[in-house]
Amino acid sequence: MSKIWKLDNDIDTDIILPTEYLAFETVQEMKPYAFSPLRPDLAAQIQPGDMIVAGNNFGCGSSREQAPEVVKALGISCIVAKSFARIFFRNAINNGLLLIEQPDLYDEVAEGDEAEVIPGKEIIVNGKSYPIASLPENLTEILEAGGLVKAMRKRNGLD
Amino acid sequence: MGHTLVEKIIGNKVGHEVKPGDIVTVDVDWCMIDDIMVPFAVQKFEEMGFKKVAKPEGVVLIYDHFLPATQVDDSRHFRVGDEFADKYGIKNVHRTDGICHQLMTEAGYVKPGDIAFGTDSHTVTYGCVGAFSTGIGYTEMAGILGTGQLWIKVPETIKVEIEGTLHGNVTSKDIILRIIGDLTASGATYQAIEFTGSTVDAMSVASRMTMSNMSVEAGAKCGLFAPDEKTCDYCKIPFDDKLKELRSDNDAKYSKILRYKAEDFKPVCACPSLVDNIKPVKELKGTKVNQVFIGSCTNGRLEDLRAAATILKGKHVAPFVKLIVTPASRKIYREALADGTLEILSDAGAIITTPGCGLCCGRGGGILSDDEVVVATNNRNFLGRMGTSKVQIYLASPVTAAATAIAGEIVEG
Repeated sequence: MSKIWKLDNDIDTDIILPTEYLAFETVQEMKPYAFSPLRPDLAAQIQPGDMIVAGNNFGCGSSREQAPEVVKALGISCIVAKSFARIFFRNAINNGLLLIEQPDLYDEVAEGDEAEVIPGKEIIVNGKSYPIASLPENLTEILEAGGLVKAMRKRNGLD
Repeated sequence: MGHTLVEKIIGNKVGHEVKPGDIVTVDVDWCMIDDIMVPFAVQKFEEMGFKKVAKPEGVVLIYDHFLPATQVDDSRHFRVGDEFADKYGIKNVHRTDGICHQLMTEAGYVKPGDIAFGTDSHTVTYGCVGAFSTGIGYTEMAGILGTGQLWIKVPETIKVEIEGTLHGNVTSKDIILRIIGDLTASGATYQAIEFTGSTVDAMSVASRMTMSNMSVEAGAKCGLFAPDEKTCDYCKIPFDDKLKELRSDNDAKYSKILRYKAEDFKPVCACPSLVDNIKPVKELKGTKVNQVFIGSCTNGRLEDLRAAATILKGKHVAPFVKLIVTPASRKIYREALADGTLEILSDAGAIITTPGCGLCCGRGGGILSDDEVVVATNNRNFLGRMGTSKVQIYLASPVTAAATAIAGEIVEG
């Protein structure tokens, strides 16, 4: 079971990680500042295995890949949103962070609810099942490899 | 069934017809890596185990976000970029020439029909010359550096038709802000936007750049203009038969068509803190401002600086307003210096800064603090973008920005 943290529509990449923290050398240093413009205390509250539920257009804005990296580093197991911005979507998959589009979940759950995610099939919250689609094959391959770096290492005969 | 412009660009590249939804792997003509992302892209490239860059002549490194450096660690990014360029034979390195999205067409790299990817979301800007270009993350960039290729999903196209003549105080910035307001910040997600019509035909390439640049603010994958004579003059290439074919067929299929009359556009602002929170400037009259910013890859070109200078000539900014002007490139800076534009702006009290991203990404001179109000010509008014999360950012055209600087409150130019 994953605890739900609920965020709004149009959560942009400047909210997920402001520009001033992009130049840290490691994602570990960035972690305390995730979501800080909107909810300064959130990063410290998130526990490994928790999930984020959001509205439309999650991850809109810049190309910064630090955004999905920092979310993954916080231990977020997946993000379920009504929709995702395009670049954030690709970046998340390339970092092995599962994203799920689901139209109804956001309107019907509250922060703190517990959810069970069965990839490619359904999400169960408060006894109700929310159907979810499978990812396209090429993305599933990257996700299953553990991200694009690992997929490329395999291509280059390293792992 | 005919094809849209983006389907033709991608189809030409892969050598067969494509339709929306197709997933294809393309050979990439241009990779742009900006200074923020250089160390991360290099690290991923090395982790992936590549021994060489597949196409070093197609890679361009540009230092702009951190220039000149304002924090002690910033120059590490330049050093890592220089070392990477030396090691892998990358010759195209711009260390002090201006903003990446200005330079990628201005310096002669991206041409109509090309496919380009960059580590910054405003890579969509090169759609102004009829190129397919879009932003990606540094891990994907590392993959392109090693393989020369990337997979893309062929997007559907939203067609925007604009016919007629704009009012004198309305610019392409007002048009694109209105369109983003109508589409919403996610209304074009995963899709191409194609701009057409007599208004667009009459526009300079610089004005088209503003619209391509902001297409991503509606979520678009790219924002395209079919190449014409003006495009080819700008790119210094002949408008040949092949390029004349690079436009949507009459029977092309669109996901949506938006039609506008140019005369209906008014000066507008994107109000705090969403790019699609669009209001007419007239409704914002009386909003006091602390600072005005004219610059960025959206509106830091010569015609933007000249438009501001026309309004500011012989006048002075309000005593409590800081007006910051940042030309988008060294070339623009020099041209604005030569034709007297910078002198007019300086006489009016403007602070003129070095070409670069500057204030737009909240890294350069002029960041603001709680409850301050800024009118800015760049592309994002997100929470905390130009200082603290309580700064109020209004996005506007250079015309509105210049008039506002004089009045000390938001007014039409």
